[in-house]
Amino acid sequence: MENLIALLVAAPLLGAAVLLCGGRALDRVGHLLGTLLAAGSFVIAVVLFSDMLGKSPEDRTFSQHLFSWIPVEGFQADVAFQLDQLSMTFVLLISGVGTLIHIYSIGYMEHDERRRRFFGYLNLFLAAMLLLVLADNYLLLYVGWEGVGLASYLLIGFWQHKPSAATAAKKAFLVNRVGDMGLSIAIMLMFTTFGTFAFGPVLDSVGDTSEGKLTAIGLMLLLAACGKSAQVPLQSWLGDAMEGPTPVSALIHAATMVTAGVYLIVRSGAIFNAAPDAQLVVTIVGAVTLLFGAIVGCAKDDIKKALAGSTMSQIGYMVLAAGLGPIGYVFAIMHLVTHGFFKAGLFLGAGSVMHGMNDEVDMRKYGALRKYMPVTFVTFGLGYLAIIGFPGLSGFFSKDKIIEAAFAKGGTEGWILGSVALLGAAITAFYMTRVMIMTFFGEKRWQPDAEGHEPHPHESPSSMTIPMIVLAVGSVFAGGFFSIGDRFLNWLEPVTGHDHGHAPISAGVVTGATMVCLVIGVGIAWLQYGRREIPVVAPRGSLLTRAARRDLLQDDFNHVVLVRGGEHLTRSLVYVDHTLVDGVVNGTAASVGGLSGRLRKLQNGYVRSYAVSMFGGAAVIVAATLLMRAV
Amino acid sequence: MSAQLAAYSTSTGEAFQFWILGTVAVIGALCTILMKKAVHSALCLAGTMVVLAVFYLANGAYFLGIVQIVVYTGAIMMLFLFVVMLVGVTAADSLKETIKGQRWLAALCGLGFGVLLIAGIGNASLHQFNGLAKANAGGNVEGLAALIFTKYVFAFEITGALLITATVGAMVLTHRERTERAKTQRELAEQRVREGKHLPPLPAPGVYARHNAVDIAGLLPDGTPSELTVMQTLRERGQIRDVSGEALSDLKALEQRSADRLERSDERAEEASK
Amino acid sequence: MNPVNYLYLACLLFTIGATGVLIRRNAIVVFMCIELMLNACNLAFVAFSRMHGNLDGQIFAFFTMVVAAAEVVVGLAIIVSLFRSRHSASVDDASLMKL
Repeated sequence: MENLIALLVAAPLLGAAVLLCGGRALDRVGHLLGTLLAAGSFVIAVVLFSDMLGKSPEDRTFSQHLFSWIPVEGFQADVAFQLDQLSMTFVLLISGVGTLIHIYSIGYMEHDERRRRFFGYLNLFLAAMLLLVLADNYLLLYVGWEGVGLASYLLIGFWQHKPSAATAAKKAFLVNRVGDMGLSIAIMLMFTTFGTFAFGPVLDSVGDTSEGKLTAIGLMLLLAACGKSAQVPLQSWLGDAMEGPTPVSALIHAATMVTAGVYLIVRSGAIFNAAPDAQLVVTIVGAVTLLFGAIVGCAKDDIKKALAGSTMSQIGYMVLAAGLGPIGYVFAIMHLVTHGFFKAGLFLGAGSVMHGMNDEVDMRKYGALRKYMPVTFVTFGLGYLAIIGFPGLSGFFSKDKIIEAAFAKGGTEGWILGSVALLGAAITAFYMTRVMIMTFFGEKRWQPDAEGHEPHPHESPSSMTIPMIVLAVGSVFAGGFFSIGDRFLNWLEPVTGHDHGHAPISAGVVTGATMVCLVIGVGIAWLQYGRREIPVVAPRGSLLTRAARRDLLQDDFNHVVLVRGGEHLTRSLVYVDHTLVDGVVNGTAASVGGLSGRLRKLQNGYVRSYAVSMFGGAAVIVAATLLMRAV
Repeated sequence: MSAQLAAYSTSTGEAFQFWILGTVAVIGALCTILMKKAVHSALCLAGTMVVLAVFYLANGAYFLGIVQIVVYTGAIMMLFLFVVMLVGVTAADSLKETIKGQRWLAALCGLGFGVLLIAGIGNASLHQFNGLAKANAGGNVEGLAALIFTKYVFAFEITGALLITATVGAMVLTHRERTERAKTQRELAEQRVREGKHLPPLPAPGVYARHNAVDIAGLLPDGTPSELTVMQTLRERGQIRDVSGEALSDLKALEQRSADRLERSDERAEEASK
Repeated sequence: MNPVNYLYLACLLFTIGATGVLIRRNAIVVFMCIELMLNACNLAFVAFSRMHGNLDGQIFAFFTMVVAAAEVVVGLAIIVSLFRSRHSASVDDASLMKL
């Protein structure tokens, strides 16, 4: 049974190879083939899952050794897989949501002539992502890590004829490179510290290592996570990444790839547990990003960018939870899974709205769509209720646990983190209500598109609605299913460990406070957008609003600090190069040239000058002879 | 003169001869390198060579002394003079040095070399002179002949080959093969018209000049010499005798004389001289 | 008088000849100076011949004369052809190098 693990990766990889190398002959069946192989991967995952359920919790770690990749003495790199409960969770999420989004894309990309290529890239992404979560060592994880980066780049820039998409792809790739450097440095540090980079030996020998080294490794891993999961300060790429097709935003930039950072932190939990400083930084990054993404999400009029801000914020929750240590690991992953459902569903809903509105993304030009797109409205609405944490739905269970865990951290930190998480919940409620109201309620504010076509909103085809319905079901029931009887906790505990912490206030109080925040957020949004007319052209807004529309000046910050700084650095380096380095080089050349210019004068072509030299030489020889005789 | 004496000393007569002729030889050598004109150099060199011939004779090299006079002074110096004549007998070299520092370096090297050589000979123990009385007993020429045709016969044959080679080499170097037909007078005339200069024949020497010798340039109306009037060979040798200054001063003197005779005023004469 | 004085004279003449080679520009005079050097050598040969009491030195002087004659023939031929092509017998004019 364990031999099936490789097939999980192999199936989508085969699909990618066939679709990308197959040529136009496969144009007609390419999307079906891609979907079939993704579904195949999901079926294998389900088979493995049922097999895993049949075993006792201690025996649930499967492993498969494929081959030795770099069999060098003292440097053993293997291509080997490890499938435990944590990986299994991810595999199910990735292949399940991935398959649904493949199905959705069949309809969404129907009119795109490069659909086969799109499915090839999607399959490539699935293969890389599965490799990432299945690897049993950090080096192979790095391969998957880079693979998803590549797939993300290709898919964001899929409509490369649009300069904005090409630029966004480049931006995402470059920002990710910064994080990737962190991961590669972390792997190098691991190798020098532990002599290996396989999960088992590294995480087992954490106890024998100094805290300083572990903190360094932890911070480098955090840098990697920041890059991939769009956390402050490497968050700037995610908003622009919405230039990609909507299924890509749903799969890669909401449900799976951006959660790879959370996976990395939870997987390396032993390192972070032993390095409290690194853990503290993780929680700070998570808390800051949580608020940052939420504020950005409040100001965006582009529905996908608002959702992207939301994604950033929700991943901030996960990172915050992961930074709490054993108190939060399980809840981070639980929120990750429920978020995978409802955020993918929200994005697919947004894609469905755009599909019906001539690819219009500005929410100010929507309005009153609930009557025209009932299925989209219902599924989007369920996703909305889930994300704001409406009691009984997925988000309620997972987010509430994270807020509890933040308080349970204890001390001043716990209070601060818990308050931030509560505030985040209120803002989440506000901006999601805003999206909901602006899109589906109120008056029609439809505008003809650039070519003068009036929008005719209509429900999307069933290939698009069915995945939305499935995801909506997941959004509604997953949280309850996981939480009742602590199913998810018991499932993951053998891998991540768990600690209840010392909550200063009872769970009931936290839940009550969360509900109050929820009501406040929704209420403010309703007061601002539900009761008043929404202007088609965005008002000027306050200073904070304007800053948030510009992503809280993150690009300006990068421009001023990194771009300008880099320019000044290169300019000064060029100056040094021109004056100092070139000066030395040119000076050497000039002195050699000048010297030879003077030596050349000796060769003046006058036979008499040569005769003098010869005669002088003869005199020297005579002198030498005489001297030798004298001696 | 006893054999013992001959071992370290010579007769008073030879000493007297050495000091007189040696001085002459050194002066001749110095004149050779210091005379401006090549002809003078050649003559001084010939004098030095004759002195050397006398020294050969005094050293018992009778054959060599005669050969020195016949071959060197007679043949080789004649050859030199012949070439000097060919290249330009009256052209005087400027002794002004054109290469910077050459003269100083040459003097330094020469002085150093000479001092070293003389010091070397002075240090060597060369006081035992055997004299050639025994070697020349059967006659100097016979002795040389015996050596040349026995011990040095191959060297002698090879020098013969060398002489032949040198002769052939000299012929090859100086011989010019005419590769094209000589131009006819008509062709030369047409070429002159094509080139557009000196359409008429070149002016004859001596026109407007005080002399009609071939090496005197004719004077142009302003009194400057025209080199065109002297044949090309002489021009190239630089053997043009410049008489323009002479002619002008003659003219001035004539005017002065006629002014004196006609008793013109001094101012007028001064004006004319201006 | 010691016959070694002939050697000193030979040295003097040789040095004068060498200096002449260095300071004169006229190729013909340069040649004459070389002849002077050769003659100085011959004088030294003859003096050594007398010193050692055999005739080998004179034989060498004789060969030197022969070689000198050959050299003069070729050298003068070169000067003549040089003069023909350059209209000058100056050894400095033969330099074609830039300064």
